[in-house]
Amino acid sequence: MESLIVRTAAWLGVVLLAMVGIALAADRGFAVHMGIVAAAALVVLWLTVSRTDYAALARGIIRSPADPERYDDDPIRWGVIATVFWGVIGFLVGVIIAFQLVFPALNLSNEFTTFGRMRPLHTSAVIFAFGGNALIATSFYVVQRTCRARLAFPGLARFVFWGYQLFIVLAASGYLLGVTESREYAEPEWYVDLWLTVVWVAYLVVFVGTLARRREPHIYVANWFYLSFIITIAMLHIVNNLAIPVSLTGSHSYSAFAGVQDALTQWWYGHNAVAFFLTVPFLAMMYYFVPKQAERPIYSYRLSILHFWSLIFLYIWAGPHHLHYTALPDWAQTLGMVFSVMLWMPSWGGMINGLMTLNGAWDKIRTDPIIRMMVAALAFYGMATFEGPMLSIKAVNSLSHYTEWTIGHVHAGALGWNGMITFAAIYYLTPRLWHRQRLYSLRMVNWHFWLATIGIVLYASAMWVAGITQGLMWREYGADNYLVYSFVEVVAAMKPYYLIRGVGGLFYLTGGIVMVVNVWMTIAGRLREESPMGQPAFDPAADRPLPAAAPQSAE
Amino acid sequence: MSSHSTYDAMRHFADSWALMVMIAIFLVLVLWPFRPGNRAQNDRAARMIFDEDDSAEARHDD
Repeated sequence: MESLIVRTAAWLGVVLLAMVGIALAADRGFAVHMGIVAAAALVVLWLTVSRTDYAALARGIIRSPADPERYDDDPIRWGVIATVFWGVIGFLVGVIIAFQLVFPALNLSNEFTTFGRMRPLHTSAVIFAFGGNALIATSFYVVQRTCRARLAFPGLARFVFWGYQLFIVLAASGYLLGVTESREYAEPEWYVDLWLTVVWVAYLVVFVGTLARRREPHIYVANWFYLSFIITIAMLHIVNNLAIPVSLTGSHSYSAFAGVQDALTQWWYGHNAVAFFLTVPFLAMMYYFVPKQAERPIYSYRLSILHFWSLIFLYIWAGPHHLHYTALPDWAQTLGMVFSVMLWMPSWGGMINGLMTLNGAWDKIRTDPIIRMMVAALAFYGMATFEGPMLSIKAVNSLSHYTEWTIGHVHAGALGWNGMITFAAIYYLTPRLWHRQRLYSLRMVNWHFWLATIGIVLYASAMWVAGITQGLMWREYGADNYLVYSFVEVVAAMKPYYLIRGVGGLFYLTGGIVMVVNVWMTIAGRLREESPMGQPAFDPAADRPLPAAAPQSAE
Repeated sequence: MSSHSTYDAMRHFADSWALMVMIAIFLVLVLWPFRPGNRAQNDRAARMIFDEDDSAEARHDD
């Protein structure tokens, strides 16, 4: 009872503090954010004092299996739902801003829905909300299974999940209100950064605590990838966001660095967000879910260790390739380029390791759409990690930089690699987490696969053509040594490609909606009656040599 | 020491001794799993994810 009073008083204190924050707020953004914090604290306060067992109600809503389980899977179930939810939101915002570039009227003539504010909403929603929730959920799933231990600190694990959702809501609402540090993939302001730091340290404690409780002597390689992701993201996040707030009750701050140092810090962070958020932990998914779905061990365990250390040692130096031909010292640009080119080798080593896991079971690509998604993800990983080193070469970069080619490259990696491997993991996890016999529909997974693939092909090819066109037009000199095209002429030339890109995004979003239906129905316990995939019925009548009368081809 | 000579000294340290130490550590780490006699351990590690029994029946046994 006393602990209940203490907890209630603490949450009441948070509510009051947030109220004071609203009253003293230096600007609108900070006031709205303190309002969100107060509302979140009020909800927790209500849950604390209420006699109703809301935890049980919530388990009923998400149809959590009731039996006592060997593993602590509830935070993972929430994570799967959050991944699917934020994924569709992120894709939708992406489609909207893609069409804004074709039809500027879609800016809707108000500050909140302009491209400049919607774009970070899209990038953060897909990277941190969709990708981040998938990573937290799958890491909790994989670490428990491979360590044969329940999550350490179950309360803290739930705090990680809900605290991360609060971070997402604060970041997303801030972008629309114009609260931004203007740092690529790190736009949230100082107080949101501090909150994420707290959540992230809790995440590290839960993960390492679970590793420490393991009943298996060896730590499976997927956990190495997850752990390096958690540690490195903490380091990158803290250094990149070193800043001094203008006011303790305001949503504005200044970076601790200036000039080219600030630019390099940002791209050291920015590229390593690609490396240690969008590559390394997704490879952890590959090293667990591909062998499990294929029911074959990874092709070479030694190669996976080689893959791991090579990525760790090389990736961290690649950032300067974002600053070719800038004020950054020449040696640093060359260093970034050289390390980026070297990255090609371990990246393809890892891709081959994943693909060769299917050696001897290639027929599963035909019969199992989840395996097909995984193979497509690895193919796109290979493609993106070939294109990336190529784009980092200074001569190529002088054509490609600042053009749509970069956007195409990022999306081939993000939609193809991160998206597909996440969808595959979601489809693997959902029936297992809810103890269903199988997914609601395997044929809908197939539909999702093709919708997503068509979307990516339209997107990437349109952006390649657009980017190279743009780069060539920008640098075109006439006989009189003047630039041939004005900037706006290049913009006008982009319109058809932007339209194709938007349509590609629409395909990808449609695939996401098919996934929502499939996951929803699986959780609800429904099974779609459908003929199995890739198993043609045996017809004895047709199983005989061709009739002699049939025309023979010349041999 | 002026700030530029500090920068210069650190840069030269980084591209000589620090680079060599990093390469040495890297080589030890990546060659470690390839050492002779490690095959059995690698095979066991690769198959370990299939030992778990995640099925609903097994859950009630323990």
